[in-house]
Amino acid sequence: MARAISKKNKIINSLIAWTIGLIIFFPILWIIILSFKTEGDAIRSPIAVIFSNWTFENYFVVQDRSDYFKHFYNSVFIAFGSTFLGILIAVPASWSMAFVPSKRTRGILLWMLSTKMLPAVGVLYPIYILFIALGILDSRVGLVVVLMLMNLPIIVWMLYTYFREIPEEILEASRIDGAGLREEILFVLTPMALPGIASTVLLNIILAWNEAFWTLNLTAAKAAPLTAFIASYSSPEGLFYAKLSAASVMAIAPILIMGWFSQKQLVRGLTFGAVK
Amino acid sequence: MSTQQSRSAAKLMLAPAVFLLMAWMLVPLSMTLYFSFKKYLPLRGGDLGWVGFDNYTRFVSSSSFWPAIGTTFLIVGGVLVITVMLGILFALLLDQPFWGQGIVRIMFIAPFFVMPTVSGLVWKNMFMDPVNGFFAHLSKAFGSDPIQWLSQESILSLTIILSWQWLPFATLILLTAIQSLDSDQIEAAEMDGARLLGRFWFIIIPHLARAITIVILIQTIFLLAIFAEIFVTTAGAFGTKTLTYLIFQRVLESQNVGLGSAGGVYAIILANIIAIFLMRIVGKNLSD
Amino acid sequence: MSWIQLKNVSKKFDDLEIIPPLNLEIKDGEFVVFVGPSGCGKSTLLRLIAGLEDVSSGQIFINGEDATEVSPAKRKLAMVFQSYALYPHMTVRKNISFPLRMAGVSNAEQVKKVDDAAKVLNLSEYLDRKPGQLSGGQRQRVAIGRAIVREPQAFLFDEPLSNLDAALRVGMRVEISELHKRLATTMIYVTHDQVEAMTMADKIVVLQNGKIEQVGSPLDLYRSPINTFVASFIGSPKMNIIEGVQASKHRSESIGIRPEHISISDTNGTWEGTIGVSEQLGSDTFFHVKCQFQDQSITVRAVGGLELAYGQTVFLTPDQKHLHRFDKSGLRIK
Repeated sequence: MARAISKKNKIINSLIAWTIGLIIFFPILWIIILSFKTEGDAIRSPIAVIFSNWTFENYFVVQDRSDYFKHFYNSVFIAFGSTFLGILIAVPASWSMAFVPSKRTRGILLWMLSTKMLPAVGVLYPIYILFIALGILDSRVGLVVVLMLMNLPIIVWMLYTYFREIPEEILEASRIDGAGLREEILFVLTPMALPGIASTVLLNIILAWNEAFWTLNLTAAKAAPLTAFIASYSSPEGLFYAKLSAASVMAIAPILIMGWFSQKQLVRGLTFGAVK
Repeated sequence: MSTQQSRSAAKLMLAPAVFLLMAWMLVPLSMTLYFSFKKYLPLRGGDLGWVGFDNYTRFVSSSSFWPAIGTTFLIVGGVLVITVMLGILFALLLDQPFWGQGIVRIMFIAPFFVMPTVSGLVWKNMFMDPVNGFFAHLSKAFGSDPIQWLSQESILSLTIILSWQWLPFATLILLTAIQSLDSDQIEAAEMDGARLLGRFWFIIIPHLARAITIVILIQTIFLLAIFAEIFVTTAGAFGTKTLTYLIFQRVLESQNVGLGSAGGVYAIILANIIAIFLMRIVGKNLSD
Repeated sequence: MSWIQLKNVSKKFDDLEIIPPLNLEIKDGEFVVFVGPSGCGKSTLLRLIAGLEDVSSGQIFINGEDATEVSPAKRKLAMVFQSYALYPHMTVRKNISFPLRMAGVSNAEQVKKVDDAAKVLNLSEYLDRKPGQLSGGQRQRVAIGRAIVREPQAFLFDEPLSNLDAALRVGMRVEISELHKRLATTMIYVTHDQVEAMTMADKIVVLQNGKIEQVGSPLDLYRSPINTFVASFIGSPKMNIIEGVQASKHRSESIGIRPEHISISDTNGTWEGTIGVSEQLGSDTFFHVKCQFQDQSITVRAVGGLELAYGQTVFLTPDQKHLHRFDKSGLRIK
């Protein structure tokens, strides 16, 4: 809806938009600033904070004292692991529903989406004791499995919508050309659906990285990802604003960048196509 | 298209996903159901036998139940109202031409990508702390007493935090919906003499009705399950126990598994009711 | 080297019978055109032969062997789709060599065959481009190239020219016909355009609602249409079908006469009428004449450049030798 509007209106719109934008973004901006201040300065009034000295010390301290990178690695492992495992299971499933639909396809899709609506707290205890019984409590692998199951409906759904956009005739041409199912998926479908698959991967890595129910309840020292690591600051010792800021900035930076690229996927993935 | 061969292949390829999700559904759910009918206190005696619907009545009659319902209602309702109203306004704003659209969009969208624990702790400490927080400093600058956000205005505080996190979601969805509106329709209305408010009311709002419904339904489902923000800010104190948090406490903190499981069943039923409405809308879309 | 036979082949989608049991034989080397209005089942029939859909009943024989249960790839047929169905992420060279790659042909062989096909189709300059960088006509040729390299038993074309503009279509028609002469391979061609059918086919199969109305050479169908449907479908502009008194004069329920078999005069003739719309094509003129005995105008072909005024009274005389007679069920009366 980009119409030409008067310069005056454009100025007003810009002013309003930037003002509101900055207000909304301010908390993030503020912790970026605080992360470069000393603890003593971090608790002073805002003006004093801004004009005080800058320092990198917090970034080092956080890593030293609390092994930040171990938690970072856990987040990476869990987010990427659960997403790729989900892709492996979802690609065949979505292929099947997109290209060989049956009367039950719609029902199956809706059912899968509905499993995402299950409140996690309702199955917290069973999962908890199952994990203990299987010996996977506080393990990265256990969390990969749980998060994969949480996001599988979204992955299947998104791949389904992307696959449907591929002209079926091209797949038929490959069949006539002698491609078996394996070749069809490997040499024709996947390359063509690559942008869609990439978008799905991106969004789901973000969702898994930020997941803060299972990661808080099923992990302890070994497998705790960044969500849990940050949560440990809720019972702090001494002054901690600057360290918390540094830790937070490091925890959210990768996702903010990835999130910027996945806006469209966000709409597609989380509204289940009901909004176009 | 389908031939016998592709149909059998398709069924095989669908199987793992269906099987896994079915197991994910049935196994834990039936266990929760099982526990809900037992008196089970792992820390104080373990399995103490069947108690029928006892847990269900006790959960609802406990003194924490109705306050939890109230809290849930206030928080979820508050966030919905704020995010939808502001979401519409912001979406309309972002739809206009102005300078630096790219950067402004990043600023509007960013909060959604911040992990809940960071969000909760940053707001709790750097902004809402009554001694050193940003708001405290502001109040002192204006000569008034700092507000005790999380200890006194706790529900309001959580509502603010959650609204900040979910506003981008609503804005993005509504913006997508607005941009899918044919400019032709609006121009036709202009030609027909409709002024700004008229165009807004008669064309834009009805078109957004579906998107608003979806935003409300999806956000409700996710908001009902909110956990981390409460966990790191108040741990349920000061009247911020939502239904979800109450269940969590019963199950993992006080370890009254039977009682907590009954609560869990209630939560599942509630979520399913909302999901039915949502699935109806999604299902209608699928039929194309 | 192949002949194709369909025995009692039928196709149902859910409970809807798209194609009732049908029999057809296609001889080796023939250029057969399936033609008919939208929804007549011609594309479905082609896809059954290709193996992209299963038959609901009946058998398909290729060279005497039962191919009904055989997968598309193993039937050794090649198909050119309406939308060309090129692989967008592969170069022209990779597109054309794809079937060879699937068949396990050596790299050296692949290069040779692709180069040969490219030369035949004038694609040698474009081998390293991707489909997105080609024009419609070029993409067409790549699709044909991909089919040729397989040296299939038969070529299947599914409305390949529909997406091209008119001028290009005429040129490609000739190219495909020449290809057929050169390769002498069986070709089955589906189109809704009867001009394509008439100009390219050795044999035309006219379909309606899944049923074969008539099979024959273009001239057979032109001269002796078996019923009113085929009579109106073949030939452009359409044959004039006249019922009522004028038909009963010839002891028929309806008679048919083509526009090119009616002479027009401003002095005398069998039927009197007034000029309606006239279409000047330069080479011909077509008049739509309103006669009293029916609502529908009669289309008449006249020499190019003849100008008659709107509303002018004229007289039409049908050539008795080319008059077709049809009975109550629309069937031809001998």
